[in-house]
Amino acid sequence: MLNVKILGSGCANCIRLERNVRALAEKHNLQLEIEKVTDYAEIMKWPILSTPGLVINNRLVSAGKIPSDPQLLEWLSQV
Amino acid sequence: MDQTLSTQKKPEIPWRLIGLVVLAAIAWIATYSVIQPLANWIAYGLLAQRQGSRLGDSLAFFFYDVPKIILLLGGMIFLISLLRTFFSAEQTRSWLGGKREGVGNVLAAMLGIVTPFCSCSAVPLFIGFVESGIPLGVTFSFLIAAPTINEVAVVLLFGLFGWKVAGLYIASGLIISILAGVVIGRLKMERYVEDFVWQMQSQDAGVIEKLTLQERIERSWESVKEIVGKVWLYVLAGIAVGAGIHGYVPDAALAGIMGRQEWWSVPAAVLVGVPLYSNAAGVIPIVSALMEKGASLGTVLAFMMSVVGLSLPETIILRRVLKPQLIAVFIGVIAAAIIITGYLFNWIM
Repeated sequence: MLNVKILGSGCANCIRLERNVRALAEKHNLQLEIEKVTDYAEIMKWPILSTPGLVINNRLVSAGKIPSDPQLLEWLSQV
Repeated sequence: MDQTLSTQKKPEIPWRLIGLVVLAAIAWIATYSVIQPLANWIAYGLLAQRQGSRLGDSLAFFFYDVPKIILLLGGMIFLISLLRTFFSAEQTRSWLGGKREGVGNVLAAMLGIVTPFCSCSAVPLFIGFVESGIPLGVTFSFLIAAPTINEVAVVLLFGLFGWKVAGLYIASGLIISILAGVVIGRLKMERYVEDFVWQMQSQDAGVIEKLTLQERIERSWESVKEIVGKVWLYVLAGIAVGAGIHGYVPDAALAGIMGRQEWWSVPAAVLVGVPLYSNAAGVIPIVSALMEKGASLGTVLAFMMSVVGLSLPETIILRRVLKPQLIAVFIGVIAAAIIITGYLFNWIM
């Protein structure tokens, strides 16, 4: 099961990113473990300067933007 | 941990998309050129108001300004966003690294205009900059310029006042950010940054993304939809109030209280503007109507800067990394810089 972390302290884009990920997971029946990381000390362990950050299986894949749905799906459906 | 940003791109020229952009530009120009006759026709023809009557002039003003501002916002936000896809916080950090104070402050303020920035990212950005050894004052120059020189405000000023005032706004935003950053740097406020910031281990910058033209265009279109979707209602409300002032308030009514003769008008404008956190989109149309009635430029700029630049949400977010003393200095220095700029413009104009 993929572990997905959404890094962000509750900005509008962070909330939207989480919603998009959950919607995709439901639509395509993906088994994901979704975590929201809101603590700055924890967020800053990743090399990001802008939120939201997206971490999949301990790998930072995007920062500072909301990736498109096809792009998200590609990342989320990797085995 | 493998900490890389994925980058796999195929460089293709998106002719279809370029064609669409060109078509949209032509449609934009065509629409823009018929706004004035259309507004007159609606106000004086369709609604049968007399030209020169208060209601008629207010209506013509409203039906002209609303489509004009919405079109300008759409077109210019697209261009600004396109420019911004060539910049990123990571890139800016690497440019600022190793710069001395002074040069660093100027560069940071200028990069603050073009680097995509959301005040919700102020904290990671602050930590990331300070961590990599960028001086505190230089970091502040960036953090002040980024929200103060606001793209929506620039577009509205351009549309309602012309390019000179828009340029003055950008210039005064730069001056304020540079000055405030230099002062904060000189005050040696490092100990008023929350301790956990200094305890974090430093991180290398994430990989700087390479985008294709198609992605740049798509992203710019996304931000047009997002920004225009967020501000159009404020624009509408602001222009409605402005149109009312335009038609009903007698000329030069405000020269007494907001004119340049009164020394206290600039600080008073800042005092009123700071707590009044609002969106540039709603304030500027009102301000434009006020100026038409005798308010002076410096006073008006000071008011706008304090409304737009000193934002409460950003200050609250920054409180997580700054101790109250530094927050107080941050607000005080910006307010002082805005007042100085206000006087400057009242004096030179």
